[in-house]
Amino acid sequence: MSSALPWYILLLPFFASVAIVLFTKSHRGLSAAISVTAVLGSFAASCVVFASPNIRALELTWIDLRPVLYVPLGLVLDDLSKTMLLIVTGIGALIHIYSLGYMKDDSGKSRFFASLSFFMFSMLGIVLANNFVMMFIFWELVGVSSYLLIGHWFERDAAAEAAKKAFITNRIGDFGFLLGILMAWTATGTIVFQDMAQEVGRITDYPEYLTIAVLLIFCGAVGKSAQFPLHVWLPDAMEGPTPISALIHAATMVAAGVYMLARIGFLIQASPEALSVIAWIGTITAVMAALIATQQNDIKRILAYSTLSQLGYMVMAIGLASGEAAMFHLFTHAFFKALLFLGAGSIIVMLHHEQNIWKMGGLAGRLGITFLTFMVGTLALIGFPPFSGFFSKDAILAVAHEKNRAIFWLGLFTAFLTAFYMVRLVVVVFFGKARSEHARAGREAPWVMIAPLILLAIPAFASGFSFVAKIFLPLPGEHETGWLVPGLALTATVAGITLAVLLYRRRESDPVNLPLFRNGFYLNEIYGFFIKASQEALASLSAFIDRWILDAGLVRGPSRATWGFGSILRLLQVGNLQAYAFLFGLGIVGLIYFTLFR
Amino acid sequence: MILLFIVFCPILAALAILIGAPARRTALWAAILTLAATTLVYFGGFEAGQRGFQLVSSWPISADWRINFTLGLDGLSLMMLVLTAIVTLAAICFTGEIKQHEHAFYACLLFIAGGAMGAFASLDLFFFYAFHELALIPTFLLIGIWGTGNRQVAAWKITIYLGTGSFVLLLGLIMLYRSVPEAARSFDFRALQKAASTIPAEAQGNIFLLLLLGFGILVSLFPFHTWAPEAYASAPPPAAMLHAGVLKKFGLYGLLRLALPLLPEGAQQWSTLLIVLLLGNIIYVGLVTIAQKRLDWMLGYSSVMHMGYIFLGIASGTLLGTNGAALLIFAHGISIALLFGLAGEIRQRTGTLVLTDLGGLGKAMPRAALAFGLAAFAAIGLPGFANFTGEVMVLFGTFRNGANPERFTIYQIATVLALWGVVISAVYMLRAYRRVFMGALRESWSGLADLNGNLRVPIGILIAASLWFGFFPQSFVRIVSPAFKSYFVSK
Repeated sequence: MSSALPWYILLLPFFASVAIVLFTKSHRGLSAAISVTAVLGSFAASCVVFASPNIRALELTWIDLRPVLYVPLGLVLDDLSKTMLLIVTGIGALIHIYSLGYMKDDSGKSRFFASLSFFMFSMLGIVLANNFVMMFIFWELVGVSSYLLIGHWFERDAAAEAAKKAFITNRIGDFGFLLGILMAWTATGTIVFQDMAQEVGRITDYPEYLTIAVLLIFCGAVGKSAQFPLHVWLPDAMEGPTPISALIHAATMVAAGVYMLARIGFLIQASPEALSVIAWIGTITAVMAALIATQQNDIKRILAYSTLSQLGYMVMAIGLASGEAAMFHLFTHAFFKALLFLGAGSIIVMLHHEQNIWKMGGLAGRLGITFLTFMVGTLALIGFPPFSGFFSKDAILAVAHEKNRAIFWLGLFTAFLTAFYMVRLVVVVFFGKARSEHARAGREAPWVMIAPLILLAIPAFASGFSFVAKIFLPLPGEHETGWLVPGLALTATVAGITLAVLLYRRRESDPVNLPLFRNGFYLNEIYGFFIKASQEALASLSAFIDRWILDAGLVRGPSRATWGFGSILRLLQVGNLQAYAFLFGLGIVGLIYFTLFR
Repeated sequence: MILLFIVFCPILAALAILIGAPARRTALWAAILTLAATTLVYFGGFEAGQRGFQLVSSWPISADWRINFTLGLDGLSLMMLVLTAIVTLAAICFTGEIKQHEHAFYACLLFIAGGAMGAFASLDLFFFYAFHELALIPTFLLIGIWGTGNRQVAAWKITIYLGTGSFVLLLGLIMLYRSVPEAARSFDFRALQKAASTIPAEAQGNIFLLLLLGFGILVSLFPFHTWAPEAYASAPPPAAMLHAGVLKKFGLYGLLRLALPLLPEGAQQWSTLLIVLLLGNIIYVGLVTIAQKRLDWMLGYSSVMHMGYIFLGIASGTLLGTNGAALLIFAHGISIALLFGLAGEIRQRTGTLVLTDLGGLGKAMPRAALAFGLAAFAAIGLPGFANFTGEVMVLFGTFRNGANPERFTIYQIATVLALWGVVISAVYMLRAYRRVFMGALRESWSGLADLNGNLRVPIGILIAASLWFGFFPQSFVRIVSPAFKSYFVSK
């Protein structure tokens, strides 16, 4: 049966966003209410769709130039997308509610909620798209909503720069993405995922072509999911309001790359070379970001690098041809990372926008619920049994253990680092003495912000149990590793915890100083230099050529000659431009007359 | 008859203004009536999906020379008329305050509009060319008399350049006219189309080259583009809107209307040259755009750059690509008109468009920031706007030509480079937006007035048109594709 219901999931937030921009911009409370209502409606519709096994959505036509190109607007409703719908709308709804508190007195509240609804629309579009072009459309729209939300406080230079950087970095990834789509399309003759899966034989005959196409498509994921080497935008994106960091830059949008790769598993798994590149990019990102996270002082940046690192795990799993493990980790990570960011947000608000962990301390007593829920998130993230992250990370490590030992050991090392940096954060923020005025005066956030924390803590704890998780998604098969992999993982985690506690207990400042990690391997500086040396230099050179050679040499030369000619004409006492224009027209008419009719 | 009204309503209004009718009000009403008539044709008179020209009416001018004044429409020319009508109305709303010769100013604008309408609705070579000239001359005057900055130089440059372009074009058209056998000679497009198959390949090559250069200069094809940014920076905003948005598209329209269908073999012969030049537009001019330090120059160069994508669609040699080119013509016309109009509003308030002098205007002028943001994102091809859809169709069309999993041909390489241009355009546009609207508001700009509320109407029309065809491109394709189907049967 074809139904319009799935379209409502997608369009409710869109209409909310349009309504806010057109009508309720000046009524901030109403704008927020519209936005929240829309996301709740989407969530409800998603639940219905999730529970209807045979539901199909109406299909519309976007471009029809058959037989060359046919782009439908169709929605894919399989287990993968249905689960993503629930994650996106469910966490989205909680974060909308949380934002009511967080953005309460913001003068741009209407703009914020309009952008937030627009984000929901674009993200749901990625989830539901049944073809590459439609996915690319929403892929770009997600980029622009991320731009708007990172740059919400646009009068701050840092936010303005971060927004721009995020958009441009993503466009670089999308350059590859669209090219990959073009290659896949010309080889298979279709852009619809389902048809492409059937025609995949037409492209696997050319293994090199396939590898290039897959790697180009992967570029899109590298940009959106902030993988090395395009990861640099994500830490800066923390300039946006914290609910945004939780929703877009932790739970949903950055996971879109992983989701997209899982969706086209049929294509990437046909190319072993591409798989191994993907696995290694994921691994490098996981390790590198975790190393950087150990030396950050801004609470949101620590969490941002942690997100990078966890996304690295997911991409690693994709590269190891286990889409199930990747999606499992995406599923649990969405809950606990959103929880951690929202917890950080409630700390930040109560401390008057202080984000430096060394200005905090001793918050466990004063922010009780925040502390408890933050601990749930932390234990899930570091993979402490029986919290959710333990199971999903274990699934990835088990696959790695089976397929690639080097990646397995690096994954284990990342688990150790994860435990280390998170416990460092917890020890410094929640224990010891309060190290600033604000930290001494901090109080618990209002209930609209606390309630989402509690609601997220439940799945952050429980979503890893297989009897819970298998309701929502297919789990990776059991691996014959027995207790070895979980045992090693637990050992690494405990080692990380112990080291962090020993190093950071009762400290006033960071006893460790590793500039290489603290400065993110200086990649921003290296890129900056590279851009200056290449693009900026080329741009200046081109501008110089344009001005002094193309224009001055080739154009002004002849035009000066015409000026000379003009001064002869001036003898006829017609020195002004109107007269020249008139003569010019007259000349044309004369020309036509003489060439044609004489 | 309704076409006659669409073409002559602006022209008669211009004459009335010159005689002494109230300038602004007459111009506004003429623009509104023209838009209404065009909308009527779009929704009522024109039947989409049919091949050939519709609403044809013809008046004999000279039997000896076989010149008729023939008006008619196919899907392509219909969309050009719609574009012209919309941009004309917007341009007249964005005039701001005219300090001198108000009557002549509005008359010039209307002459441009009427000339463009006439050129796009004519089915006769003579009037096709003559109407364009009619529109071109007031453009020069507008820059030379009402311009800012170095207006004399700018006016001269554009006059010489476009004069040369028109001249080369004229030579090409004459050669085209003479290349068919004596008995079949005609100025009528339909008769020419019938006779075109008799033109030998070699002659096709020569004529196509002339047409390409002539039309190309008019559209600022690299390396004949340096007139454009300077002219647009100096021009009063409505003149820049009308020229960059509408009149410049005459060259592209001419290539799609005449050069491609009449001279398919010529197009084949010169496709490599065209691709090399258009990549100059996209990559080289794109880089030049990044280096610009003033908003108006940046916009001028960006408009030159985006011509590259339309040329790419023309060079693609596929039905998909040409449809995309037509859509891009429309989409670019709208976005660049809005950008120039808004830049003019900013200059009127700040007196400067140097990027480093501005900053934080989003706080002082939130409406302008929203409108500029929408137009800027449209210009850099954000999905939802027609520009994106056009670019996608052009890129898909080009990439498909001669695609082969074993190796890339020039079409695939051109697609790759053109795609990189999409990154370049994001860089310069977002940079400029960040410089102008974001960051801390300078004290000196804190008292700036936001856009006049009345401008909501033209801005709304422009944005709505772009969004409509961006969301529902099939409604555009359905209208335009029959115009191309006859000469791209299989691809």
